[in-house]
Amino acid sequence: MVSASTNPGEAVQPDVIQVVDHLFRHEAGKMVATLTRILGFENLQLAEDVVQDALLKAMQNWAFSGVPRNPSAWLMQVARNQALDAVRRQQNFRSKETDITAFFEHRSSTQPGPESVYFDDEIRDDQLRMMFACCHPDLPRESQVALTLKTLCGFGEEEIAAAFLTSTAAVAKRLVRARQSIRDAGIPLEIPAGSELSPRLDAVLQTLYLLFNEGYKASRGDELIRQDLCDEAIRLTTLLVEHPTGNRPKTHALLSLMLLSGARLSARVDAEGNLLLLAEQDRSRWDRAMIQRGLAHLNRSAAGEEISEFHLQAGIAYCHCTAASYETTDWQRILTLYDILVETNNSPVIALNRAVAISRVRGPEAGLRAVELISDRATLEAYYLLHAVTAQFHFDLGNYGEAAKHFQRAQTLAGVRSEQEFLANRLRSCREKLAD
Amino acid sequence: MAQQTNDFLYLFRGGADPKQMSPEQMQQNMNRCFAWMGELRSKGKFKAGEPLGDDGKVLSGKKGAVVMDGPFVEGKEEVGGYLIVSANDLNEAVALAKGCPIFENNGTVEVRPIEHIPGL
Repeated sequence: MVSASTNPGEAVQPDVIQVVDHLFRHEAGKMVATLTRILGFENLQLAEDVVQDALLKAMQNWAFSGVPRNPSAWLMQVARNQALDAVRRQQNFRSKETDITAFFEHRSSTQPGPESVYFDDEIRDDQLRMMFACCHPDLPRESQVALTLKTLCGFGEEEIAAAFLTSTAAVAKRLVRARQSIRDAGIPLEIPAGSELSPRLDAVLQTLYLLFNEGYKASRGDELIRQDLCDEAIRLTTLLVEHPTGNRPKTHALLSLMLLSGARLSARVDAEGNLLLLAEQDRSRWDRAMIQRGLAHLNRSAAGEEISEFHLQAGIAYCHCTAASYETTDWQRILTLYDILVETNNSPVIALNRAVAISRVRGPEAGLRAVELISDRATLEAYYLLHAVTAQFHFDLGNYGEAAKHFQRAQTLAGVRSEQEFLANRLRSCREKLAD
Repeated sequence: MAQQTNDFLYLFRGGADPKQMSPEQMQQNMNRCFAWMGELRSKGKFKAGEPLGDDGKVLSGKKGAVVMDGPFVEGKEEVGGYLIVSANDLNEAVALAKGCPIFENNGTVEVRPIEHIPGL
């Protein structure tokens, strides 16, 4: 039943099956990165096809013969054979055949030891190259995120579409165009060096931040995919920060922000999936280990002289994470950080968040004034949170009529059922107060 | 005269198109297969089974002289794998087959009793 010739090492007894969560996804990411380096970045699609075939073989075989003791090695071996087949079939690839053979022979050993550390470093370097390439500034930002999810994170087109609330066809098209841009612009697969490094690193951080935000917004879509996006953003940023190239205060700041925010994700909804305000969240459900990791990276971000937006946002997250309760939150400190943040980033959404902090420190009247003073406020008109925040200020001031109006507006604009329900409840509270 | 045995053959056809499946979907599909086959094993029903490879040949003609690549049939017709299970009778073999994850992807399971002809 077990074909020893194809499996390095024995197979695990079939009725004791443990496959690590997302193993296929992560192995896909690693293999695509490595194969693309060997086959050339312009042959990204071929690398992806080879990896798809290898996973398919694993799916079919492991179900019968069990999971091999070293799944990575098994997959790499199959991918190697597939890659060689593909390369032999195409004339213009003949020159690659030696490269591929040499590369894989180098790695045919499954023994742990100094060599495997070398392999791990190489695999990580390959992933970093891929990260810099996928996040190249010449590619449109949305394409960067889609490409990162597809090639580095092993997401399927359908999964990416679900995450972005778009169609599979639209994602497929975006990816085709991105791959074409890579070929046309001759985007290189390399870790930038010298003066190029800083701006390129910034580009990567922005994309990873965007990826995290897509997952963090509990406002739309399938919740499972959202958590996965946050996890992937954290995983990739961790990879980056552990490499000499990415090991900079700003990267630590971003990672800290992700960990401190991610730690609180599961507490945002109750058992029935209803939205909970920060004030209502059960803080015992926050992931303490993640918070600890977040704090460690926050410390490391304190080196150097740059205070980036990530530093400020991480600082704000730190204030929330270290408060034992909503009441004991250091809102003054949060406000101070927002004051600096709005100087760096004049996004009206940040200004709105600052208005909330102001209300906590100076009261709802001050909060309302701060909202009115948001420059660019017009762009927030269709943003449900503008109305929800305004409504709550009015409610706190006893202006239940005004509050009801704004809660109603917020409800019509809210994207997800749990939020609409939440706002409907607030509206009911207003009406009850008015009826008194 | 053919005798009934306690062996039954499952032939799997169709199911999800693996080319369209994401890595995560493949892993989840595999997990479901583990679960089902694990159940068969723990009940002592699993005897043998393997997936079948895509590249095959079909022979025909005098002494099998005609050898063609194939069979190339529509995806849902192609036999992707087989199992041999132990069961008391066809009803039980059918009941055991119901847990197969292939049904979630519109696949089919053909259940055939394996016969034994004494003297062979």
